[in-house]
Amino acid sequence: MSVSKEEVKHIAVLSKLQLTDQELEKYTSDLSNIVDFANELSNVDVDGTKPTAHILDIKNVFRKDEVQPSYDREEILKNAPSKDAGCVSVPKVVE
Amino acid sequence: MNDYEVIIGLEVHAELSTNTKIYCNCTTEFGADPNTHCCPICTGMPGTLPVLNEKVVEYAVKAGLAMNCEISRFSKQDRKNYFYPDLPKAYQISQYDLPLCEHGNIEITVGKDKEKYKKNIGITRIHIEEDAGKLIHDAFTGDTLVDLNRCAVPLIEIVSEPDIRSADEAVAYMQTLKSILEYLEVCDCKMQEGSLRCDVNLSVRKRGQKEFGTRTETKNLNSFRAIYNSIEFEIKRQIEVLENGGKIIQETRRFDDVKNIGYAMRTKENADDYRYFPEPDLAPIVLSEEYIEKIKNALPEMPHIKKERYMSKYGLPEYDAEQLTASKYVAKFFEEANDICNNPKAVSNWIMSDLFRLLNENEIEITSCKITSENLAKLILLIDKGTISSKIAKQIFEEMFENGKNPEDIVKEKGMTQISDENAIKEMVEKVVSNNPQSVTDYKAGKDRALGFLVGQIMKETKGKANPQIVNKMLIEILNK
Ligand SMILES: [Zn+2]
Repeated sequence: MSVSKEEVKHIAVLSKLQLTDQELEKYTSDLSNIVDFANELSNVDVDGTKPTAHILDIKNVFRKDEVQPSYDREEILKNAPSKDAGCVSVPKVVE
Repeated sequence: MNDYEVIIGLEVHAELSTNTKIYCNCTTEFGADPNTHCCPICTGMPGTLPVLNEKVVEYAVKAGLAMNCEISRFSKQDRKNYFYPDLPKAYQISQYDLPLCEHGNIEITVGKDKEKYKKNIGITRIHIEEDAGKLIHDAFTGDTLVDLNRCAVPLIEIVSEPDIRSADEAVAYMQTLKSILEYLEVCDCKMQEGSLRCDVNLSVRKRGQKEFGTRTETKNLNSFRAIYNSIEFEIKRQIEVLENGGKIIQETRRFDDVKNIGYAMRTKENADDYRYFPEPDLAPIVLSEEYIEKIKNALPEMPHIKKERYMSKYGLPEYDAEQLTASKYVAKFFEEANDICNNPKAVSNWIMSDLFRLLNENEIEITSCKITSENLAKLILLIDKGTISSKIAKQIFEEMFENGKNPEDIVKEKGMTQISDENAIKEMVEKVVSNNPQSVTDYKAGKDRALGFLVGQIMKETKGKANPQIVNKMLIEILNK
């Protein structure tokens, strides 16, 4: 397996996911398959090739520093599952 | 403690004073109602496309040039992935391997008088990125409230080399950075509003030891006092751990400014793994020689040049000139006041003693101070004309600081005009002399202290309003009769 169980556990922590033992087995094997497939690219000789910063041949896409009206707060908060005092309300994170 | 050497590097975040956010046209104005400066782009709605604000590049290049950096001709932006409610996209757009500016340095001056020394601090890099939102604790429900007004306000992060060796050097470095950014007008540097703040990376090692010790990072310090105190705290803590045979754990820490103690953040938050990758929604930044040259030619008079001018033009001592020019706003205040009253030494003294003391005690910046430069000039003119004594002027100054009133009005309202009428003073002097025969005898017996006592009595009688020069002159005349 090119991806270890420990790595999958770590990725789960970063993604805020809780995995059962069964899921852990399954994802370790699935992710290994995906990584193996992608790793075929490692066989390509890239000596002397510049890293790609962007897939399109574009540069310097800028905008002027001019203020335009923001959205109404109602609109912005419309999708929030829970709100309070004009804010999105989430479970406690502030220490 | 002297057996150890302290190694410090600072990561400074400065909010750029652009009109709009980094990737959308929402205003960056401070202090609005929560979530009223937001749009789908800065709240990370799916399907939106960020477009870089051209001023962000210009301001970052300005800062880079003023800090002697090499400006990258080719630069790009990257995603830094982490999950936290103040970051709606779950990634921050920043710069990873190709920052806008690299390999700079600035000169700092540390300490005062004989202990003063200069030192160069290396600047590793300056990159552009977006700020996060603000989290507010709701004491009533126990939940956390998310305000995204600050989310995607442009920042530059200025990373220093590990060249700093003490809390004093760290503060001097931060002061120098603040001064440069203010002069460039790229950041308003209001530390209490969080527009200039820093993270301190710190480790200690036994003197003579080659490799660095394990470092800790104390995050989000937003006053000079907090920077100083947190460093002193962390140096002491690390040395204690090592002396007791312990090991330093690499961790992220916070500093409680009120209780004056540092503490480690929960280890879960320490799982740093940002999985940087190139931002596919933004184009690379390619800068021409002409672009960089144009910005270089438009850089303003920097603090060290202004300082020289204050010494030569106004005849101010080096220390004064340095203090006055450290902040662009203080320099502006000084020049405006002096243009009116034409008394540089007096303006300088008032600013450096009374004004700085009051600003410090009240923890406010000169830009939000109620005393205007014009009113300070008027106060100085009142003293120069002999309308008020300098002692009374100190009282008036305190009142001006409280309520921002015009000194002339305060003098009128409170009847503080100095008594310079010789006849009135003569009467007062004669009265005090005849009421204090013992002091008169003492004075004639050569005890100088008796003279001071009598002057004090006269000033008391007149509530400090008598012109002290006239009182002195007259008292000596009468006593010597
Ligand atoms: Zn926006």
